[in-house]
Amino acid sequence: MRRRNVLPGLPLSLGVTLFYVGLIVVLPLAALAFKAASLGFEDYWRIVSSSRAVASYRVTVLSALGATVFNLFFGLSLAWVITRYRFPGRRIIDAVVDLPFALPTAVAGIALTALFANSGWFGSVLEGLGIKVAYTPIGIMIAMCFTSLPFIVRTVQPVLEDLDPALEEAAQSLGGSDWTIFRKVILPLLAPALLAGVSLSFARCLGEFGAIIFIAGNQPMSTEITALLIFIRLEEYDYQAAAAIASVLLLAAFFMLAVTNWLQARALRYTVKG
Amino acid sequence: MSTVSTRRKPPRVGDAPLFRRLMIGIVVVLVALVIIAPLVIIGVEAFSKGWQLYRDTVIHPDTLHAVMLTVLAALIAVPVNTVFGIAAAWAITKFDFWGKRFLLVVIEIPFSVSPIVAGVAYLFVYGLQGLFGPWLDAHDIKILFAVPGIIIASMFVTAPFVARELIPLMQAQGRDLEEASTSLGASGWRTFFSVTLPNVKWALLYGVILCNARVMGEFGAVSVVSGNIRGQTNTLPLHIELLYHDYNATGAFAAASILALIAVFTIIAKVALERQGAGRVRKTDNPAEKTS
Repeated sequence: MRRRNVLPGLPLSLGVTLFYVGLIVVLPLAALAFKAASLGFEDYWRIVSSSRAVASYRVTVLSALGATVFNLFFGLSLAWVITRYRFPGRRIIDAVVDLPFALPTAVAGIALTALFANSGWFGSVLEGLGIKVAYTPIGIMIAMCFTSLPFIVRTVQPVLEDLDPALEEAAQSLGGSDWTIFRKVILPLLAPALLAGVSLSFARCLGEFGAIIFIAGNQPMSTEITALLIFIRLEEYDYQAAAAIASVLLLAAFFMLAVTNWLQARALRYTVKG
Repeated sequence: MSTVSTRRKPPRVGDAPLFRRLMIGIVVVLVALVIIAPLVIIGVEAFSKGWQLYRDTVIHPDTLHAVMLTVLAALIAVPVNTVFGIAAAWAITKFDFWGKRFLLVVIEIPFSVSPIVAGVAYLFVYGLQGLFGPWLDAHDIKILFAVPGIIIASMFVTAPFVARELIPLMQAQGRDLEEASTSLGASGWRTFFSVTLPNVKWALLYGVILCNARVMGEFGAVSVVSGNIRGQTNTLPLHIELLYHDYNATGAFAAASILALIAVFTIIAKVALERQGAGRVRKTDNPAEKTS
């Protein structure tokens, strides 16, 4: 039997919450969906499947994939080193992991461009190796890597911290090598959190704008991301096209949100048992 | 010969000295290249043409105006989102109601939606081609391409910050203390201010600081709704873009250094608050799963 709740304040707090969420979050997104829907299927399809739009999806998704794969390895290594080893500077590294979240995206954008431009610290070195980063898809990837790195570190880190040493000891006493234990014992325990971090990171990459537009060449068909194409359509006062393409990004965001929630629910099922 | 050996912790997976050094080395180098270098270059570029030009950019009326507007947006958006966060956390953690899981997901939406999409969405509410646009225009109320638009777009982007820090913590703390307090005759407000608030103050401050950093740095959403009118609707991030595209890179970095400083202070405050226990409760706690 459920106890009767004696606490006051439900009507006020829930009222404020629903009003604010309705006004600030739901209303604008509904207006966007409504605008996109009012186009009619044929026009809508013509806009979202135009070759320039499709090229922008391709650049965005491929760069986001590349950035997420890099962050998967880098983020996992970073979380591993922070939680498992003690060394001077560990706390500083733990703290600066959040810098990409705290640093405004436009600031990150111009900083990365300065580093990777032909005359920049990294750009000049890479130029010698024949690699161009600024104003190419690689630049887009690097900007995405920077802004989404903390997601994976911060979702994996708590799980690594809570990992029961007894599991490893048991595997060690059975004669497993470090690599085998990592693959067969540790990685499966980390997997749900790791996947949740990956999906958060990927979603963030799909929507990123500020950090990318400075370093990307913004050439239609090759280095133009979807978010920028929406912005360009707005500047051309083509509100229908902007609404249609924005609805594609919105759908992608909702899809990623559903995936993330599902993965997090799974991650919880694993950890609660332990 | 003694058979008693000092019990040492057995080496854990990955503790082999060579592997350990290799991993630490790789991670330290990558952090320096990926995270520290961008921060350093902002300072280097900002002062590349000397202190004089840096000072001129920072005290230029356009920059000062952008700073004022950014601060104004934060002064409005952060308190509003704080009140919302507290209300949402109170409703979600202290009561059970139908659709709670769904509400939690809706609150988190702004984190997943591209800021550009958010900006466009606001255009279709308050813009001339939007729901309220014609009415607003007829009554001569300007929201888009004006300061109110910048503020509400910032509110959208940062709406979940405070709620997200409070909900897991208040979930973990349960309802017993509040129930005891009200059953002893304290009013709801009294219970909140004397029982709940002291227990969550660090987490609250933590959420407020993160929210503030994001409001001050928001670029995409604000860039759509602001109209970029120099000296009128330019926030600091937009002003950076403007200077940068005016081929005034040094000026852009000088303006960026202000925001970079705020980011560094945010990190320092975050670490200090985490020492007080804020932000660590979350772990893999999904509040929606624990409602009993």
